[in-house]
Amino acid sequence: MINAVGRNIPDYLLVNGREVYQGKGYRDGQKVTKASQTTVKHEKPEADKLAATIREACEKCGARDGMTFSFHTELRDGDYVASMVAKVLVEEMGLKDLHVAATSLGTAQNIFADYMEKGIIVEAQTSGVRGRIGEVISAGKMDKPVTIRSHGGRPRAVEAGEVHIDIAFLAAASSDCCGNARGNGGKNNFGSMGFAMHDAHFADHTVIITDTLVPFPNVPCSISAIDVDAVVVVDAIGNPAKISTKEARITDNPRELMMAKNVANVIAALPYFVDGFSFQTGVGGPSLAVNRFLEEYMIEKGITMSFALGGTTSAVCALQDKGLVQKICDTQDFDTGAAAHLQANPTKHIEMDLSQYASAGNKGAFVNKLDYVVLSALEIDTKFNVNVITGSDGVLRGAPGGHPDAAAGAKCCIIVTPLTRGRMATVCKDVVTVTTPGDCVDVLVTDFGTAVNPARQDIIDCLDAAGIKHVPIEKLQEKAYDMVGEPDALEWEDKVVAVVEARDGTILDVVRQVKPFHF
Amino acid sequence: MIIEKSAIAGTLESSDVQVVVEPGTGIELSIESSVINQYGRQIKAAILETLDRLEVKDAKVTVVDKGALDCTIKARVECAVYRSCGKSAAGLPWGAAIR
Repeated sequence: MINAVGRNIPDYLLVNGREVYQGKGYRDGQKVTKASQTTVKHEKPEADKLAATIREACEKCGARDGMTFSFHTELRDGDYVASMVAKVLVEEMGLKDLHVAATSLGTAQNIFADYMEKGIIVEAQTSGVRGRIGEVISAGKMDKPVTIRSHGGRPRAVEAGEVHIDIAFLAAASSDCCGNARGNGGKNNFGSMGFAMHDAHFADHTVIITDTLVPFPNVPCSISAIDVDAVVVVDAIGNPAKISTKEARITDNPRELMMAKNVANVIAALPYFVDGFSFQTGVGGPSLAVNRFLEEYMIEKGITMSFALGGTTSAVCALQDKGLVQKICDTQDFDTGAAAHLQANPTKHIEMDLSQYASAGNKGAFVNKLDYVVLSALEIDTKFNVNVITGSDGVLRGAPGGHPDAAAGAKCCIIVTPLTRGRMATVCKDVVTVTTPGDCVDVLVTDFGTAVNPARQDIIDCLDAAGIKHVPIEKLQEKAYDMVGEPDALEWEDKVVAVVEARDGTILDVVRQVKPFHF
Repeated sequence: MIIEKSAIAGTLESSDVQVVVEPGTGIELSIESSVINQYGRQIKAAILETLDRLEVKDAKVTVVDKGALDCTIKARVECAVYRSCGKSAAGLPWGAAIR
């Protein structure tokens, strides 16, 4: 069946009430009964929940064939914990038919690719797919398609009972002997545990894995011991050099700075740019640099931001320290400065879980209060659909993260991207895979000009009034093709290797197995 | 033109292409590219058109492309061919085969 972004979704996927994407806000107001966890009564006093090894903790939690386990990826490429756990489950315990529910899958989890190829990990749900795992999935090595969900889509699916986590293995920078755990206060601090907190509330079992055991009680905590079955102390939860950079630096590339300046110009030209406005941006070159230009406009206009949302960098923290940002609502920290800032400013820099951040399945996600979000894209097409999951070769190598959620929630979603990257036309006729639907995207800023979604006449009028030039998006696409040539369409096998779920649970697109190229 | 010895032009930097030409029989072409799925056929056409224009009939040509534009591909192929027949230092046929 063809969905609202023109993608053909195979009928065999449309079972158990699953529908194709119908457009923004389709399920608004619908009722949902929340799934819940099965917990265990710890009625008697107990000294601690320490387990000597990961295996002992797994046995305590009843790890078994066919179970779903989860972990968070706040340690990014530096994460040791997910691989450590998978090795124990597969190689020590010999478990099979495992399901993975991850916030992302990347190079730190390369060992998962082996288990997927061997048919030991049989199902995966994730936001991002990078590294060898993406190559294995795109080559059609798994029998069942992987489900790609946004950061808001994941907690929505968990709360709706579409994903049931048996055991959550959660890395923590510090924990006490009972499992009160945080992302700070240890040897390998990563800051916000926003990716992990929600899992502890919905998984039947939670195991905390830390390298820094601190005296009881480790409070205020991100994960509470009331949800924790076992605590395991390991030598190191991650490689600090890869967990986060020292500081996500603002680019000095003049092309990126020009794009950032143009984004700030658009922001300042719209009626939402008043005292108390709210803002989210990504960590990519031009997106991050927007902070710098926004600061100038805010000081000039004498206004402050009510809240900054999402992944957090030192750049946003610096704005807060200058008194320009009231609250930072932080789901993950991109650099060590931001992680330390979270620890040092508990009343104005707040840790936030993914449901409160971005889920379309609750009554008050923060994305719904966003005025602006500035995001990047691998590709954007003339219908304003964005792809951030598949490369130009059709292989899974990206992550929607909170992209579709923030785009849907914000009053103005701005995509900033160079017109071409090498020979890739970023602005194209049809994106390879739709990860954020065009009905959620309002403005595109490139190094060759700005385009506004024709559905937003109000924004067009504001830019015209401010004297900001813009062109139809087709002009940008034609310019890109003039420079690099029109790309040939990718060739695919029939087999669906991944299902891209929209944030409301409908199906936005599918990714098929890549057909090897032949002349 | 006759390929007299093996010669190389270009680098493996992003947006460049490395072209190696060697003596051979007929045109033996091998192409690797970071954008092969979307641009493989256009890259092949640009290389063959350039070889044809230079009247190269016999050569083994090995191309490793890192997303170069057609103009770069053509220039690198030309340069490798001229180097392979000792024409790169002086006496380039400007305005003739090079367009």
